[in-house]
Formats: sequence, C-alpha cells, structure tokens
Amino acid sequence: MAGWKSPSENTVLGKPTPRLDGPAKVTGRAKYAYDVQPAGLLQGKILRCPHGSAQIISIDTSAAERMPGVGAVIITAKPGDIMRFAGQELGGVAAKSFDIAQDAVRAIKVSYKVLPHVVHEEAAMKPDAPNVRGADPNTSTPNTRSTGDTDAAFQSAAAVIEGTYSCAVRTHNSLETHGTTCKWEDDTHLTCWASTQGVFSVRDDFAREYKLPPANIHVITEVMGGGFGSKFGAGYEGILCANLAKKANAPVKLMLNREEEQIAVGNAPSATVEVRMAADGDGNITAVDAKLHGTGGISGAGVPFPYIYKVGSTKISQISVFMNSGGQRAWRAPGHPQASFLMESAVEDLAIKLGMDPLELRMKNDPSKLRISQWREGARIVGWDRRNAKPGNGKLAGNGRYKRGLGCGAATWGGGGGGGSQCKVIISNDGSVDVEIGVQDIGTGTRTYCAMIVAEELGLAVSAIKTNLGKTSLGYGVGSGGSVTTGSTAPAVKRAAEAAKEALVSAVAAKMGVDTDQIELIDGKVIVKGESGKQVPFKKACSALGPGGVTGDGKWDASLQQNGVAGVQFAEVQVDTLTGLVKVIKVVALQDGGVILNPLTFTSQVNGGVIQGIGMALFEDRKMCQLTGRMLNANMEDYKMPGSMEMPEFVSIAFENPTAKGVSGIGEPPVIPTAAAIRNAVLNASGAALYHAPMTPGRVLDALAAGRKG
Amino acid sequence: MSMDDRDQHDPNEPDVSRRQFLRGLSGSLAASAVLATGVEAVPLSPPSPPEPLEPPLAVGPRIKGQVKVRLNVNGQVKTATVEPRTTLLNTLRDDLGLTGAKRICDRGSCGGCTVIADGETIYSCMMLAVDAQGKKITTVEGLGTPEAMSPLQAAFVDHDALMCGFCTPGFVMSCTSLLKHNPDPTETEVKEACAGNICRCGTYPRIFEAVLAAAKRMRGE
Repeated sequence: MAGWKSPSENTVLGKPTPRLDGPAKVTGRAKYAYDVQPAGLLQGKILRCPHGSAQIISIDTSAAERMPGVGAVIITAKPGDIMRFAGQELGGVAAKSFDIAQDAVRAIKVSYKVLPHVVHEEAAMKPDAPNVRGADPNTSTPNTRSTGDTDAAFQSAAAVIEGTYSCAVRTHNSLETHGTTCKWEDDTHLTCWASTQGVFSVRDDFAREYKLPPANIHVITEVMGGGFGSKFGAGYEGILCANLAKKANAPVKLMLNREEEQIAVGNAPSATVEVRMAADGDGNITAVDAKLHGTGGISGAGVPFPYIYKVGSTKISQISVFMNSGGQRAWRAPGHPQASFLMESAVEDLAIKLGMDPLELRMKNDPSKLRISQWREGARIVGWDRRNAKPGNGKLAGNGRYKRGLGCGAATWGGGGGGGSQCKVIISNDGSVDVEIGVQDIGTGTRTYCAMIVAEELGLAVSAIKTNLGKTSLGYGVGSGGSVTTGSTAPAVKRAAEAAKEALVSAVAAKMGVDTDQIELIDGKVIVKGESGKQVPFKKACSALGPGGVTGDGKWDASLQQNGVAGVQFAEVQVDTLTGLVKVIKVVALQDGGVILNPLTFTSQVNGGVIQGIGMALFEDRKMCQLTGRMLNANMEDYKMPGSMEMPEFVSIAFENPTAKGVSGIGEPPVIPTAAAIRNAVLNASGAALYHAPMTPGRVLDALAAGRKG
Repeated sequence: MSMDDRDQHDPNEPDVSRRQFLRGLSGSLAASAVLATGVEAVPLSPPSPPEPLEPPLAVGPRIKGQVKVRLNVNGQVKTATVEPRTTLLNTLRDDLGLTGAKRICDRGSCGGCTVIADGETIYSCMMLAVDAQGKKITTVEGLGTPEAMSPLQAAFVDHDALMCGFCTPGFVMSCTSLLKHNPDPTETEVKEACAGNICRCGTYPRIFEAVLAAAKRMRGE
C-alpha cells in the first residue's frame, strides 16, 4: 500500500487550505452543543457546595420542586457525605428558562457542618494542616528515582547552581464550557449533543451508566468550543443532564457557567522544584538533584523531570500535594510546560554560571538530531547573535528604561496515533463524494484534512468532498487527547480513499473497456493513459457505478503515522525596568509534525500554543482564598488571559522534517517551551532572574532589585 | 454564592450585582418607581463564608412576571415574551434562535456576545431585552451567510482567523464595527478594536491579518 506522496507530487495535501467549517463558524451558523435547541428544551443547573470542606446535614428540595417552571430536581449527594472543595456537585434542576433554573437551585436548602479546609499548597504540606483525603495524608508517598553517582558529579563539577523554580495552577477556560444537551428518543435511546473531545468515550460512559448497548446512545459533536484536554467522558454534568431529561421527560441543556468551568472541571497543576544542577567544564550536564511537588487539588499532580536533556546522573524525588480545590485535568501536554519552565530556567542559569552561551549548552546536551537543526535555524531567524552577552548588559538591552533580550526553550512530544479508527469514503453515481468518520474536530482542522486526503486521492478539489464527522453513529474515531487525532485518523481516511478509488477505477475501466492501471484521476477528470483525448469528467464517469455507488473502508495503518515530534522556540522580550512589565516582542517557533497535511491550520495551532504559553509566562494564576475556600478569580477579568494587546510578532514555522514518513499531531508541543523562552529572555534583557511563573510586574521588580543587590 | 449564573444573592436580601442593579433600575424606570436608598451592610464573618461577596446596592421594586418585548433584529421586528431580568443575549439565543452570539463569561469581559446596536458594538449580556427595544440590532447572522459571506467574514476564513470558532462571532462583530468607523485601520487600531474580545485557542495574529486584508479589499485596493 502506498505511503504519503512527497510534497512536490501533491496537488492538495501540504498546501495551505482554509478550514471547511470556517464559513459556518464566521456567520454564527455552526451549532455547538451549547446552541442546539430541540423542541420543549429545559435548562439545567447544578447545585454546588459553597464551602471548602463540609459535611452535609440535610437537603430540602421542597421549595424548588414547587416552583413554577421547574421540570425536575435531582439530588445526588446525601446527608453525611463530605464535600471536599467549593464547587463540588450535590445535584441539580431543570427548568423552563435559564433564570428559573437558577432560582430553583437557590431555593434548595442545604445545611452543612462546615469543616476546616486548606487551599494553599505550602499550607497543605504542613503536618497540622486540615486533612483533605480522609485517612490518607495530604502528600503522596515520594516517587524517587536515581541514575549514576550525583555526589561524585557535584564534587568534580565546573559549575553548580541551586534554586527553587515554580509555576502556578492555571485554569483551562475553554470558551464553550463543559456540558451537553440531552434528549431521550424513547426509554432506551439517548441523543446527546456534547461539548467533548471524545464522542465515543461520552457514549461509553452513558452506556455504562444506563446499562444500554452503546448503539442506543448517539453522541454528536460537529463543532466544539475548546477543551484543551479537560473534556473527555460524559462527566458529572453530562450524566446529570441525561438524568434530568429522563425525569422531566423533556430535552435538557446543561452547560456550566464561567465560574463553574474554572472551579470544577479541571486545571493545570502547579509545579515546584528545589534543584541542584552541575555541569563539567565542557558544558555537559553531569548531575541533577531535584525535589518536586505540585498540587492538582483533590487529584494528584506530576511533571516529567529532568525533561529533555541528557543528564549524567540524577536523583529525583517527587510528591503530589492534595488540597481542597477542584481536581486537575490534562491540559495541552500535561506536565510538560511546567517541566520545561523548571528545567529550561535552571539550564539557563547553569549556562550563565558556566560562562557559556545558553544555546550552545542546550545543543551540547540535546539528544535530538532534529532539534539540533531546529536550534540552528531558529537562532538564525531570531538573530541569536544579537543577544546580550551578559544578562541585562549589551547592545540589545541598551542603557534605558526598556531593555530587550532573547531566550529559548525546547519541546518534545509523541503525536503518533493508535488503532481502531474506521473511515468510509462513499462515491455515489451522481459523482458526489462523502467521507465519514466518527471522530470529532475540536477546532484543530481534522474535518479539513479528511477532505484534503480524499481530494488528493481522487484528483478532486477539496470543495468537492462532503465531510461527515463527530457522530458515534459513524465509524470509530479516537478521543482527541495526546495529539493522537491526526496520527489515528489520517491513515484510516487515506486507506478508505484508496479503497474507494480502486472500486471506482475498476467500474469505470470495465465500462470503458480498458485495464484499470490505464486509468488516472486528475484535476476532476478520469483520464485513460496513452490514449490522448480520452477523458471524462469525474461526475460523468461515476455514472458507471450502480445505484449504491462504491464505498471504500479504511482502517488505521501504523506506517502512515509517526511518533516523537521536536520543537524549539525563541522569544524576544522587552522589560520595563520602571514598572516590571514584560512585553513579548516576537516569538519564533519551529515545530516538526512529520508529514504536514495542512500548513495553514498547522501554524494556527503553533500560534495558539505560543499564546497559551504567554499566558502561563506572564498572567495566568488561579488565586484561592483561605478564608472562604473559594477561587477568588473565577472569571475572565481577574483570571487574566492573553488578549489582543499582548500579542507579539509571530514567526511560526511548520518545520520540514526531511526524514518524515508519517503524520503526527501537534496540538500540544507548541505550548511547551514558550514560558521558559520568555523567562530566559527576561533574564537576558534585564538581569532579572525569575523563579516563578507567572512573571508578574511585582515579581519582575523584586527580581531586578535582587539582581542589583547582587 | 457567586457560581450562580444570575442574581448572586438570596432574593430576599438587598440586590448586589452590577447587572442586578441595572435590572432593578430598568424595572424601576419602567414601573415609574423611585429608587430606594437604604444600604444594608453584610459583614464577612468566617468561618461561615460570606454571601454575597459583593457589597450590597440598593434598588427599587422590580417588575415581575413576563413582559412582551419587540426587538428590531437584523432588519426584522421580532417579539418575545421574557422576564424583565432576561438579557438581550439570552433573548436572542433562547427565544429568537439566534445562537451566533455566545454566552461565555456572561458579565461583559469576553466579548463573545458582541452585537451592534444603533451602529455601536455592545455586549448583549450586559443589556436587558427590555432595554434593547427601539434599537437597531445586528447580530452575526445579519452580516452574511455561509454562501454569501461579508468581505470580513470571508477574510476570516481565508486567513484561518478561527480555530474552535466559539469566540469568532464576537470578533467578527467588533471588527465589522471597526471597519465601518475606520476603513483604513493600522494594526494597532485593529488590536485595540479586539481588546474587548478574548480568544482561548489563540487566533489573534490571524484575526489581525484578516481584518487588514479585508479592509484593503473593501477599499478596493
């Protein structure tokens, strides 16, 4: 079976192609789970615990049940239950309008015995801290591992650095919140429009919940408004929605509001490392001795460490800290942006201590050949030789209030696919072509490359292909996590397109009385090789097909995908030494993704990763209140995310990997190195060594003052 | 508590939120009532959590029940029966079926619900439906269709100025308004026009490109 063609042989693949759902999205016609409105729709709302920790004494729903317009009230918690964070779910209601549902939730009387809570990581680690997990302590058993002889390496080191680096808890803030619209077609058949990254995992959760065959559950996600790793499975809100719909005997929509989205359905855990790191005189990293902790609230947390570089010897000890806040969930390369920030910051400081160019030190210790070529190319594009030879001191920094500098960081990720995907390509006898696969397009461009692959095989324009995605009634598609969607989906689509093409060619060849290997599909035409002039338009040729047309089935093929992508980023920043404000001037991002199907959507994702990285570097920080146990900034103005005014110049490059044979997903890797690159650029610009992200103006001023003290 | 969508307080307590204030104000004016002036302090006393978190404001009596509103949307007069507290956004979405405007923050900080009212962009989550009567409202559905997009919408598609697309209608509205007021904006002016909109996927740079390209095209260059 054929592999991917080389870029020069392609007519569709590898060319920048606008996404097919663009017109529906820009005109407001795209229907998200949030927008679906079946007749008789009720609005759902969840009742949540307002305390950091509490035991339920009693729940009285009578007033809510009596309220006009209320269709159903369901309570899932019971007296005696312990609530472990502010925002934990107790039940919910469905009512005629959004406002009535809200009133009804408010009318439910819950009496609590308030228990002590702890919502700050350092406080949760103290021996006398309120217990978060019942019988288990607030800190997990240390995960320890070691390689080589760190003691000897530290003794013979040319340079040693020691420091504590950390980054804050962040919240995903998907713009479409978690939730579903659920409609029971009869007692045993459920239709669910879900805002999810995995229609099939949602289906399976419902099937388990109701002990129904999966085929009875129809989950639909044609478009969805962001998940970033936090949206798999039906979730509490999905199951409650379906239960409310069942009880009210009406369709129910239950989407979280902004605060609920930030407190209850995931966050990126914090990470802190106390690290000693050594290098020899040649710049080889010889030892890393690290103690790490992080909190994912009521869930565990962890980061890969010492991340991507070759290290002679290691001694690592790692714990999770549990506290009374919502549990963490995967967020775009879970653990990696944190690991990158901690490690790349320490590596930068080590290079400076050693008196070595930080890029040279990285290239010396980087095991990836591909990344070495990216380092070189990126350095050329950003003009690495412009950097200040000493932190805060050089031509780029200048002598004024505003100082500029350069920094860099690197990423690794998988991005390969997995089995199970089933695609159908149908060519009808009117010449129409449909590609069908159940996988959802979460905004990454899946729908568009599915059509591009089929168009390439059949010699058609992308606009000639109709796509049908995001439904569990179609062939299986993977959940979109771990950047596996492209590596899992594209191979199945290509094989399905090849099979459909073979069936078409065979029918057409029989009709024309020629051998199948004489037929080519090019530019919307069916051409017989060698007989000049003998060609028919694709549409006309399809009339040779029977009334059912032809269908090509395709399954995943490992040979069409590859795992292990490389990326590097360079940042140029400006530090206002009077106010501590950091402005990112430019980010150069080089990202490998194996065989690149659509460079337009590819580089959009790279931009998006960089922008979320800027948020991590400079703004995003979940603030908890120990007084109330609640999140203080569960909104979109106090939880600051990057906006238009903070945008730098972007140089996002779909890096051509000369050895690539397969496709890879790259949703995750571009978010990894940005925060570290910015941190190191701030240091190069101003001499301010930052140890904590986000690097807020206050922290930058403190670091500048510490630097002046020496 | 403040994870409530609407009134962030007990209905029997003094009204507290900004919108509640506006809502009460609107109701009061409609009912020709006089604003009450009493302010009652709600002490914060741990460990029982403070509720409400915002300082109380005083308002007058509210109109209750259902009211009929007439709205001029996308050149058509539409009617809906809503509560006085219902926002323009919820009316557009839940009663008129115009779901292009999105409820994302529901408090005027993300721009996802941006519409144009009498030629100016507004956050439709910050205006009550009863107050939107008499205004000429344009939603994203009124600018173009998938088959016949406005030049700006087409530029968004061509430049891939969207990913998940959930914030996109809001950006399209803000930038449509910009180009109406300023047909030849600088990149900084485009950024400023988008400063009231938040995108989480990270489409900003391509939005800037798209707006500048559309402006050029619309000027006939």
